[in-house]
Amino acid sequence: MVEKIKDFVSRFYLALVIVFLYAPIAVLVVLSFNDSRSRVVWGGFTLRWYQVLFSNHQIMDALCTTIGLALLSAGIATLIGVLAALGIQAMRQRGYQVMMTFTNIPMLNADIVTGIALMLWFVRFMPLGFASVLLAHITFNIPYVILSVMPKIKQMNLSVYEAARDLGAGAVYAFFKVLLPQLMSGIVSGFFMAFTMSMDDFVITYFTKGAGVNTLSTMIYGELKKGVKPEMYALSTLIFATVFALLLAVNFLPKRKGKNPAGGPAAR
Amino acid sequence: MNEGKTMKKRPWLATPYAVWVAGFTMIPLLVIFQYALTSREGAFTLANVMAIFEPVHLKALLFSLEIAVGCTIICILLSYPLVMAMRRLNMGRQGFTLFILILPMWMNFILRILAWQLILSNNGILNFILQKAGLLPLSLANTGTAIMIGVIYDYLPYMVLPIFNAVAEIDEDLVEAARDLGANSLTVFCKVILPLSVPGLLSGIVMVFVPSMTSFVIADVLGGGKLQLIGNVIEQEFTKSANWNMGSGLSVSLMLFVLISMAFTTKNETEGKSSSIW
Repeated sequence: MVEKIKDFVSRFYLALVIVFLYAPIAVLVVLSFNDSRSRVVWGGFTLRWYQVLFSNHQIMDALCTTIGLALLSAGIATLIGVLAALGIQAMRQRGYQVMMTFTNIPMLNADIVTGIALMLWFVRFMPLGFASVLLAHITFNIPYVILSVMPKIKQMNLSVYEAARDLGAGAVYAFFKVLLPQLMSGIVSGFFMAFTMSMDDFVITYFTKGAGVNTLSTMIYGELKKGVKPEMYALSTLIFATVFALLLAVNFLPKRKGKNPAGGPAAR
Repeated sequence: MNEGKTMKKRPWLATPYAVWVAGFTMIPLLVIFQYALTSREGAFTLANVMAIFEPVHLKALLFSLEIAVGCTIICILLSYPLVMAMRRLNMGRQGFTLFILILPMWMNFILRILAWQLILSNNGILNFILQKAGLLPLSLANTGTAIMIGVIYDYLPYMVLPIFNAVAEIDEDLVEAARDLGANSLTVFCKVILPLSVPGLLSGIVMVFVPSMTSFVIADVLGGGKLQLIGNVIEQEFTKSANWNMGSGLSVSLMLFVLISMAFTTKNETEGKSSSIW
């Protein structure tokens, strides 16, 4: 009986938190179907904004910039980050600590300070634009990759690598055949974390972007004063729905797909 | 010996990263310090850093601190019951709940804050519901409470996730043992779960405190431009006043302030650890 009450209370509480988290999202989804430019008047159901969206070049440009930036910065950060994690792990105590301290700086530092510091530095040798934003995003993305790969390196079974080398595999071949598969889950989660952080960033982009370049975040921020275009609600509803579908698929499919490749090499 | 030959010899793999850290983490910090410690004419001065003690700036800093401390405490108070509630679910449901908690982060955060403005405004959705229920409407628009709701909303997942991860790692046998020895749920929570989740709690505090202390968009949207956090002050030094030296000076003092408060938290933590060992 007591357990039942506890179950009920805990589920009720979970539901309350979920309502809190999803209330604004529900508002935005409703607004994307609202046939009125005003945010406070309900003008009937429409799909108009979803059609207008695709002919709005500014929004489409910002979308491409945002996704391109996220892919590029996450990709480059993953490459540098994985190599860095392997290197740092091989360092002596002191070097290890120094490098990990520097890895923590962008994570501990406030976004606004990181953004301003990078901007002040960039203006000395390059025009602010896509390139400067990309450099900034890579900078704050690398630590996420390192921190998600590091635990995997610590758990890694090195004797398999040594066995491969003893059996005549070259360093590069053994790395790709033996080490990389063991690190893959950490690399993938690092990449996606970096991708997400880049997609979601506003503050650092805002300070390093200069005029002319816009991501979705900075575009929305610019529109706040005069009113956000309803197409924006439609676009974010679409992004949200896409991510929801993708994550659902990833969460429920891997049960058969994920186990074999991950379990195979580790078990052998 | 063999190990030394294979993996321990490759610290050079971190070279690109070391170069990157030097070029895009260390030098920018030096540059911001350079701006902070010079006047517009280029002469050395401490005025920009000390400007944080001017009444206007100090007021913004204290308000930011109030928001950040309040937000961190409320997030902790909300997270533990949530994590405990999730513990009662089976594994599959736990994963799904976690997924549901993270998902909102994929809606653009400025839009989500904008939606809160619509919910909290005086003739907004919340007051509509309150009136329908026969309750008195609240006037939350452009108040500190609205900003507080915004930061709690935005940063709650950053508190829940590390605490959940720490609690999920706790050996169920420990909890069982405590129960067998006669501990009730409250004792189990205070003596087993809380102490063992401290590492998660600590990274949650860092991940919530720092951004809630320094954000400026949330105060822009939910404070109606009247209530200023220190982030707003700094942002305006760059965008409106174009006073880079002053903006850098305030950034540096903010950075030092945050680092000192975080060092203080982690110090308390290590002290707590050693005392729990003894």
